[in-house]
Amino acid sequence: MTRISSRPKKTSASTGRQKRTRSVKTDPVRSIKKRKPVWYGNSKLGGMPYLQEHDISGRLIVIEGPDASGRSTQIEMLTARLEADGFAVLNTGLKRSELIGEGILEAKRNVSLGKRTSALFYAADFADQLEHKIIPALQAGYVVLADRYIYTLMARNTVRGIRRLWSSNLYSFALVPDLTFYLDVDPFKLVHRVFAKKQSLDYHESGADMGLSEDMFESFIIYQRKLAKEFEHLKKKYGLVSIDGNKTQEQVNIILQKQISRFLAKVA
Amino acid sequence: MNTSRQILKKYGIPGKLIVVEGIDGSGKSTQLRLLEKWLRFNNFEVFRTEWNSSDMVKSITSKGKKKANLTPTTFSLLHATDFADRFERNILPLLRAGYFVLADRYIYTAYARDVTRGCNRMWVRKMYDFALKPDLAFYFRVPIDISMDRILSGRPKLKYYEAGMDLNLSNDIYQSYRIFQSKIIEQYESMAKLEGFAVIDATLGIKEQQKLMREKIMRILPQKTKRTIQEIP
Ligand SMILES: Nc1ncnc2c1ncn2[C@@H]1O[C@H](COP(=O)(O)OP(=O)(O)O)[C@@H](O)[C@H]1O
Ligand SMILES: [Mg+2]
Repeated sequence: MTRISSRPKKTSASTGRQKRTRSVKTDPVRSIKKRKPVWYGNSKLGGMPYLQEHDISGRLIVIEGPDASGRSTQIEMLTARLEADGFAVLNTGLKRSELIGEGILEAKRNVSLGKRTSALFYAADFADQLEHKIIPALQAGYVVLADRYIYTLMARNTVRGIRRLWSSNLYSFALVPDLTFYLDVDPFKLVHRVFAKKQSLDYHESGADMGLSEDMFESFIIYQRKLAKEFEHLKKKYGLVSIDGNKTQEQVNIILQKQISRFLAKVA
Repeated sequence: MNTSRQILKKYGIPGKLIVVEGIDGSGKSTQLRLLEKWLRFNNFEVFRTEWNSSDMVKSITSKGKKKANLTPTTFSLLHATDFADRFERNILPLLRAGYFVLADRYIYTAYARDVTRGCNRMWVRKMYDFALKPDLAFYFRVPIDISMDRILSGRPKLKYYEAGMDLNLSNDIYQSYRIFQSKIIEQYESMAKLEGFAVIDATLGIKEQQKLMREKIMRILPQKTKRTIQEIP
């Protein structure tokens, strides 16, 4: 009921030559403190110089984690709770942009893309969501719950042999989230959760494009291990908060809710 | 894995990468096609590739372009995706196989356009740092009036993004186009020296320009090959 339904006007996000738009008068979040967004890039390497001056007031909270680690379930529970507490909440995830979301699915079905091509494709898709969904929602004061963010995209690149530095330069256009959690789940446990849901392993979540093993099960485990290893690096570099995702849904949710409430109270 | 990589390394990159850059109507495509003919006549294997032409990316890009909801960053990333697809699929493998790869626009087009649109200069450059440096990059220098005359006589209708209408430079599409192209010229000029462009005076006649280009190309050919080069009768 409080989700953004219409796409924001393109003018506010398309060029830096526009005057700052202040179309939102009522702020759905209790805190209405306006502030400058914080980007990964500095002034030398910022990816969206034309947006640097736009104020935001909402909060960006990211849940990262492997396939079947329970991200969506947690986001659903968190959304319900935050909305009950009176926050306006927007859910986003990767592969959901109107611009190219479908295109990625089509391309995946039909041809195999090179590693650099898919890396850029995903970056375009992410940028579209960042500019057309996330930033406008933050400007309007929403709490944005993101189901995955640039970290998954960077990890996928790295395990396919792309230099870390190239990926981090590429994603220097991204906003720094207020909070990022990583649901840490043992790969063997993941397989069982995936099977409980649909009895087959997803081609891409198994890294089947990488030719790791003829055996899909083995491929999934090897691929998830590689990603998890890369996330160890990302956790340190970007300060992701690791949560033991082997616990039950309820237990995980209590931990997440506590941390998020504490944070939101602190910044209110 | 390691040994196959070593074997690949031994093959090196024997092909030649020639690119043409310049604003619309500067005569790039005309010259590149003539070059292609000449090289083919001399029995070289040639592949010509155009900016923003990957089939895979094209359908998606034009969908977004129609809706006119591309931002400078998504515009830039989609063009980089297109380039990466052509680079990974065609340009690099063909250069490794010894082809002459002729690129009608290359990464410098992105440097010029994306920065003009408002993207960060270094960000664009680092994004494209996987690309190979061309053996020769021709830059067609032309005054804006001449290129506009050439463009408008053949094809009077300008497209939204081509004219830089997304930048709100002017409500008049022709005026917008002129300002946008001038800004792109500024970008090209600012990188010409650093990137080692071979500058061609694009106001010259078609034949004269082609002669200059062939002379430049002769200089990058091995002695042995050079002696056998002929003009098309
Ligand atoms: N040297 C030249 N003098 C006059 N007209 C030219 C010259 N070179 C190209 N043209 C004409 O200008 C138009 C644009 O040329 P084109 O090669 O398509 O430019 P570009 O590829 O740089 O956009 C074409 O109609 C072409 O015939
Ligand atoms: Mg052309």
